[in-house]
Amino acid sequence: MAITIEHLYHVYQQGSPFQSDALEDIDFTIENGDLLALIGHTGSGKSTLAQHLNGLLKPTSGRVLVDGQNINAKEADRKALRQRVGLLFQYAEYQLFEETVYKDIAFGPKNQGLTGKELDHRVRRAFARVHLPQEVLEKSPFELSGGQMRRVALAGVVAMEPEVLVLDEPIAGLDPKGRDELMEVISDLHRGGVTIVLISHNMDDVARIATRVAVLDKGRLAMLGTPREIFSRGDELEAMGLDVPQTVQLCRKLRAGGVDMPDCLTNEEVCAAILAARGRTAHA
Amino acid sequence: MLKDITLGQYYPVKSFVHDLDPRVKIILTIAFIVAVFLGSSLWAMIPITAFILLSAKAANLPVKLLLKGIKPLRIILIFTFLLNLFFSAGETVLLQVWKIRVTQEGLMLAIRFSMRLVFLVTGASLLTLTTQPVVLTDGLERLMSPLARIGFPAHELAMMMSIALRFIPTLLEEADKIMKAQMARGADFESGNLLQRARAMVPLLVPLFVSAFRRAGDLAMAMEARCYHGGEGRTRLRVLKITHKDYVACAAVAALIVICVIIG
Ligand SMILES: Nc1ncnc2c1ncn2[C@@H]1O[C@H](COP(=O)(O)OP(=O)(O)O)[C@@H](O)[C@H]1O
Ligand SMILES: [Mg+2]
Repeated sequence: MAITIEHLYHVYQQGSPFQSDALEDIDFTIENGDLLALIGHTGSGKSTLAQHLNGLLKPTSGRVLVDGQNINAKEADRKALRQRVGLLFQYAEYQLFEETVYKDIAFGPKNQGLTGKELDHRVRRAFARVHLPQEVLEKSPFELSGGQMRRVALAGVVAMEPEVLVLDEPIAGLDPKGRDELMEVISDLHRGGVTIVLISHNMDDVARIATRVAVLDKGRLAMLGTPREIFSRGDELEAMGLDVPQTVQLCRKLRAGGVDMPDCLTNEEVCAAILAARGRTAHA
Repeated sequence: MLKDITLGQYYPVKSFVHDLDPRVKIILTIAFIVAVFLGSSLWAMIPITAFILLSAKAANLPVKLLLKGIKPLRIILIFTFLLNLFFSAGETVLLQVWKIRVTQEGLMLAIRFSMRLVFLVTGASLLTLTTQPVVLTDGLERLMSPLARIGFPAHELAMMMSIALRFIPTLLEEADKIMKAQMARGADFESGNLLQRARAMVPLLVPLFVSAFRRAGDLAMAMEARCYHGGEGRTRLRVLKITHKDYVACAAVAALIVICVIIG
């Protein structure tokens, strides 16, 4: 399922002294099967864009099309849309409210009208995908650690079995272990055929798993391309207050130190490039 | 959606009224309310309306914004108007349908009462739109401080008020976010009967309360970590000072009161 964004503008609190232009002329397509990383400085409009993808915010002007259908058209079925495009908010652990983790995960599918065996299946399948210990299922969500709560919240969205999953900074504030585990869950979902939009400040993760990267700068789409294309423009990224992955930083430092090597994204590529460079110096 | 509430929201522009001392503004607002009650005839509404329009001008506020503050009260306004219109005693009958009759006295009363309500709300909005909440509570604390000598908790009250005011936008923002998060999970806050709607609020209210308590705990801890110990011996960052502008404002309100008393 593809989401096309056409000349999207969003202005918050238009006409008041607090007016702010959050998005300006965003125009691109999220293809079926993408793992699109959305990066940008704080306040660049990432969360605002995310909320347009399932119709929680309405464009000030422009359109959002899901499979060619304008989602803000009068006759559009918003409920069906939200089932197809799942959205995990920033700090999603604060949305939990039920007595048990099981019931909380069941909230979404229940709103879709599922009951009985089917509902139970959905909940257990979603729970299994986020790799939590089995006993957590009957606990109160408020007894869990922050990282566990975050994963329960993710399960709550996954349980709706959306075709596109939008994740707003899912790893912000997690410890390294929680972060790696959650990234693993996201990769798994992507391999399972879910189209993913991942908002993240962690460029190493983006370099490792994204198929495409969109860069927002002050509400505008500044760049769009493969991770390799984007991260080869390190100076421009830095001008926008963004990092490049550590692998790319290392390559640039080595080059500055006189080692002849290209920009590499993964650890394996860096190793190979260093070995190749050493081979060349040994021959010389 | 929840952010559209304007009553009591500070409007950040520069103006004569914004610069007034908060203590003076609070007292003048009270004096204005007194003037509204002194001017009991319909004629007195002209100077009062003129005063409000002039104040809005001096405060650099669009009149539209003041009127927006009345909108949430429209039900009460209509109710007051109709109640006075149909149920006041009077002689001069203007209109009679079966047992219900509208008298001239009733009509006057209805206009007077609803206009008073409008005046009270716009007067209060003028205060809150031009004064930052922190400054407002600062002024209140200073005004109440003589009472502290007889054991009245002036500082504590003002502190509680400023914290509450400070967190209203935060909680609204949070409520907005949680609401959207639950809507993303298919929650429906808009349709259904009263009972269904009340039940639909649970996924909103539980996280909201949990986070409000968490914030309260964090704030208390942060205040203690910075040695907060109440109002005793506390100096202030903003020292309030009466200037010539305040005298001008006082004179204007005094003039309004005199006019209202004369017109009656
Ligand atoms: N509810 C809101 N009301 C007014 N302005 C907002 C609101 N939400 C976000 N903004 C503004 O819109 C801009 C983009 O915000 P956001 O989409 O949250 O950025 P990001 O997620 O990239 O940090 C910011 O300047 C922010 O201040
Ligand atoms: Mg954000």
